Amino acid sequence: MRARPVRPEPPVGPSDDGPRAALTGGVARRSFQLVVRGLAAQPRTYTLAIVTSGIFGALTVAVSQVLGAVTDRVVVPGVAGDLDGTGAVWLAGLALLGVAVALGISVAGRRIFAGIGVSDLQAGHRRAVTRQYLRLPMSWHRAHPTGQLLSNANADVEAATGVFNPLPFALGVVVMIVVAAVALFSVDVWLAVTALVVLPIAVLANLVFQRYMSPAITRAQQLRAEVSDVAHESFEAALLVKSLGTEAREEARFAERADALRAANVRVGKVRAVFDPVIDLLPSLGTLMVLLVGASRAASGAVDTGEIVSAAYLLTLMAVPVRAFGWVLGELPRGLVGYDRISRVLDARGALSVGARALDPTDRGLHVRLEDVGLTVPGQDGPQTLLDEIDLELRPGRTVALVGVTGAGKTTLVGLLSRLQDPTRGTVLLDGLDLREVRDQDLTSQVALVAQQTFLFEDTVRANVTLADEDDPTAPTDEAVWEALRLARVDQVVQALPGGLDAPLGERGANLSGGQRQRIAIARALVRQPRLLVLDDATSAVDPGIEQEILAGLRHGGQGPTVLMVAYRMSSVILADEVVHLHAGRVVDRGAHEDLLARDPGYRALATAYQDETARREAEIATHASSATQGGKR
Amino acid sequence: MSSTAPEGVRLEGTSSLGAGATLRRGLAISPQLRDGLVITVLLAVVAASGRVVVPIAVQQTIDTAILADGGPQTSRVVVLVSLAAVALLIAGAASALVNVRLFRSSEAGLATLRTRAFRHVHDLSVLTQSTERRGSLVSRVTSDVDTISLFVQWGGIMLLVSVLQIGVATILMLVYSWQLTLVVWLCFLPLLLILRPAQRRVSIAYAAVRQRVGAMLGAVSESVVGAETIKAYGVGERTQRRIDRAVRATRDAMVKAQVRVALVFSSGVLVANLVLSAVVVVGTFLGIDGTLSVGRVLAFLFLVQLFTGPVQMATEILNELQNALAGWRRVIGVIDTEVDVHDAGEQGRTTPRGPAEVELRGVAFSYPDGPRVLHGVDLLLPARAKVAVVGATGSGKTTLAKLVTRLVDPAEGTVLLDGVDLRDVPLANLRERVVLVPQEGFLFEGTLAENVAYGGRGVAGTWAAEDATERDAAVQRAFDELGLSDWLGDLPSGLRTHVGQRGERLSAGERQLVALARAHLAGADYLVLDEATSAVDPATEVRIARALDQLTAGRGTLTIAHRLSTAEAADVVVVVEAGEVVEVGPHAELVAAGGHYAGMHAAWLAQTR
Repeated sequence: MRARPVRPEPPVGPSDDGPRAALTGGVARRSFQLVVRGLAAQPRTYTLAIVTSGIFGALTVAVSQVLGAVTDRVVVPGVAGDLDGTGAVWLAGLALLGVAVALGISVAGRRIFAGIGVSDLQAGHRRAVTRQYLRLPMSWHRAHPTGQLLSNANADVEAATGVFNPLPFALGVVVMIVVAAVALFSVDVWLAVTALVVLPIAVLANLVFQRYMSPAITRAQQLRAEVSDVAHESFEAALLVKSLGTEAREEARFAERADALRAANVRVGKVRAVFDPVIDLLPSLGTLMVLLVGASRAASGAVDTGEIVSAAYLLTLMAVPVRAFGWVLGELPRGLVGYDRISRVLDARGALSVGARALDPTDRGLHVRLEDVGLTVPGQDGPQTLLDEIDLELRPGRTVALVGVTGAGKTTLVGLLSRLQDPTRGTVLLDGLDLREVRDQDLTSQVALVAQQTFLFEDTVRANVTLADEDDPTAPTDEAVWEALRLARVDQVVQALPGGLDAPLGERGANLSGGQRQRIAIARALVRQPRLLVLDDATSAVDPGIEQEILAGLRHGGQGPTVLMVAYRMSSVILADEVVHLHAGRVVDRGAHEDLLARDPGYRALATAYQDETARREAEIATHASSATQGGKR
Repeated sequence: MSSTAPEGVRLEGTSSLGAGATLRRGLAISPQLRDGLVITVLLAVVAASGRVVVPIAVQQTIDTAILADGGPQTSRVVVLVSLAAVALLIAGAASALVNVRLFRSSEAGLATLRTRAFRHVHDLSVLTQSTERRGSLVSRVTSDVDTISLFVQWGGIMLLVSVLQIGVATILMLVYSWQLTLVVWLCFLPLLLILRPAQRRVSIAYAAVRQRVGAMLGAVSESVVGAETIKAYGVGERTQRRIDRAVRATRDAMVKAQVRVALVFSSGVLVANLVLSAVVVVGTFLGIDGTLSVGRVLAFLFLVQLFTGPVQMATEILNELQNALAGWRRVIGVIDTEVDVHDAGEQGRTTPRGPAEVELRGVAFSYPDGPRVLHGVDLLLPARAKVAVVGATGSGKTTLAKLVTRLVDPAEGTVLLDGVDLRDVPLANLRERVVLVPQEGFLFEGTLAENVAYGGRGVAGTWAAEDATERDAAVQRAFDELGLSDWLGDLPSGLRTHVGQRGERLSAGERQLVALARAHLAGADYLVLDEATSAVDPATEVRIARALDQLTAGRGTLTIAHRLSTAEAADVVVVVEAGEVVEVGPHAELVAAGGHYAGMHAAWLAQTR
């Protein structure tokens, strides 16, 4: 992480009361809105892009005009020997040279400004989308798959801005057509009509082309994604495939999708195969028509040779630019889909309110109280109650274990304490203050949650523990980091890494084992010296012996933080001062482990599951012992 | 089952083949690319020739009809224009045919290339697979091939036609005036010379864009995957700064690349128009000399347009061609990476089904460029015996499992299945008899039944889609036999439950249950089990233990044990330390002997009781 000054970005992040991003109305209206919003977002860049493109359009016509004039006044009389001296020839060359340079500059300008415009639009969308990711609560994140959110920030952004690549060009072509029409009509109406009739036909042909092309391309894109999905899944399952010897089966599955993609690509190709020559032919046929009409007009003396040449040349020049309309029209449907997907993120509501009250900055463990807390979320089959009527008190410095079967609501409950989500009923109180009124910075500095899924940043060990930039003066010192690593029993692992605290942790900490990663995450929590530590099954991959050492180290004889931990291992549960048994979103019972064993049959079933299992195995060993096969070293 | 990430045989990187060799190797892999190529090229010549129809028509019409002695001759114009129109239509039809033919053959060839590369990735050993980032393997069979396909669709035909058109235009220009042709080529020469270095700079800029986009996606994914941590620790602003930096860097790289492209493209436009003015000046002087007619000078102006258009087009496409070639090289690189675990195939010795005995004789193993991780291991794994391997992380117990399932071959010594060297056993036969059950149960997106039946051979070798009833019955039976019917009964949609991507709708423990049912249905003679390390909730833990007992009943098993309770229940315990087998025997005997195992067991008892 290099400390580079970051320019302050414009406030693009939406808020809960800001205007909606979604486009409304029919396809034409939405397309128009999409284009206008994009242009309005980068007014200066697009003004320059469109102006240079317009100049390009006008100059393209100018080339043919100058050429026509040169033919009439220089080439024809020159060849016929009617020209006085050679000055006129050089002048003609110079005029064309001037137009050439201006044309080159306008093309460069058009492409550069169009490029800047698209790059800035994409950057703006990406900033807005990621601000939402960071703003919206966990409930929103859990409802949206990772892959979708990543593609919102990447593929969808590219799709939504794709139309802006050819747009300035197309707008410049409008200028070109207007100038050309004026020039041609000033020469001869018949010639003008003949030359210009090609344009609407070309636009029409492009429209028909897009109509056939869009579904073909959409299908090919869809299949490309499917081929990628199959490959991803299959390679991820590589070990399973090998161990079951199902390579041929996987190959067949992949080949089937690859062949569907082949067919779709050929279909795209066929549409192009037919339309490309048609669109190429139109200007050529137009030129022939101009010759035909021009010859008869020349016979009647209405036009001269130069004007015919000029009109014919204009058509060959316009062959490519007219296609720009097709590109714009072709990108629009994809752009609308991409923009819709982005605006669904931008229009998402439900960010948590911001509190303003301070928590006491003491070292004592936090006093936590949940009063009649409930949480109901909208589900697929109507509202779903995740937590209900939870009344719970955690006294300062106590360690409380939260126990329950999968789906009992343990993770949801502990998430409330870090305010990943607010309850829909009741209140969570920290030292008597409603959690919703507590300042964010106090909450995050005094409450530390270690999540079930360990997340490590692609960064150094130090940054993963401190979560601060290196030049941040408030960041914990290296001594504090080592102390936290020691408490989490991972200091020796880090010492062994090349670079120690500066060792980079690769993709999601890929160079550490699961247990080591969990311990780094615990160190991240401990370095903050939190007053409330929430461990959501945070030691599942840690060796039981080490887990006990860590938990014991936290206790400081009752002077440490208040600890709430979700645990599966009875050996850890026994270490807690108190156990809370959660089932179906409600607290079934709470108290000392022994008391719960005695009076709570559900808890007894959970707690004895391991013991039962151990006993059963021991019985089995006894019966096996006599018949055990003697194998071994030869 | 990889606690360590050993260095395996790396994929051939971007293969070192030159453009010509890449083409030859590529054609050998995808012979369809050659289908009907001669006719396609002939048709392309016809199509390209169509491009010169208009200039010739303009010249002929002006010289012989409009500027004819005695005023314009309309009837001759009609004849000339009609002839030209017919020629254009023929060329257009040829052009359409070229397109279709090229799409057909190239897509067929690319589908073959894709599938071969895909299969080859599966045939590579676990070592090679694990040293490559999975994403990069996927991109070899997706985006790399897509690059070639997109090139063929948008650039390839254009390039073919452009090159032919440049040739045809040059010939025709020579026919009209060799002097003017010389002028045109002289003007373009400097452009052609600066083009290569300019294109290289463009490529570098685009490589930078791709790299920045990758880094940006990494930063964005942190805000999504790490949302919980970021919120819990209030580091949203810092994360946003990291993302903003990456977004800004991407934007800057994009602008830089686009500026370079714009400069290359606009210099092409500039030169094309410079050529025009040069032709007008030189042409007029030649006309004054009496060397050229007016019509010929004018026709030449159109010919120049025919020449400059494709030259500009070709320069843009050449860049894409480089990308496509690079993609092709990468895919060929995968296919040409040597497979290090060879299948004996039909030449091998098929072993009969039935209780399997596995033996290791003097086996040593080291990862490529790494130290020995196993030394001289002699071990007999008797048929029907339950063997547990214990040892510290890195002791070599996982490698033992890889050797027995032939995910890797030993460096020294032999692994034998019923007395036959594993290297001589056809892989199909081996995978039928010896199955590995990995630590993490991997699930495919689909239903529970599909996942359990995966790898099951059914009656006809595999489950066809039509015998879903038979399949479901077999799957149901597997659950019943493993004592998991109650769990299955609790699922609202039973066998038809959709498990989601990677089985994410099930808990980790439930995924293990599915993996066990799958292994049961695969019906192997010998099972190698890599025990899961992470804790799951006790109720599921009990189910897993019971299912394991049923699964292993009557079969020989080798379990990589992470819990000593598993070792307690085994017939034979194998203790591995620093790559050597140090103790072998039943649990009770080893505990009594007071060696390594006894020490481990005592420590474990102290921790858990």
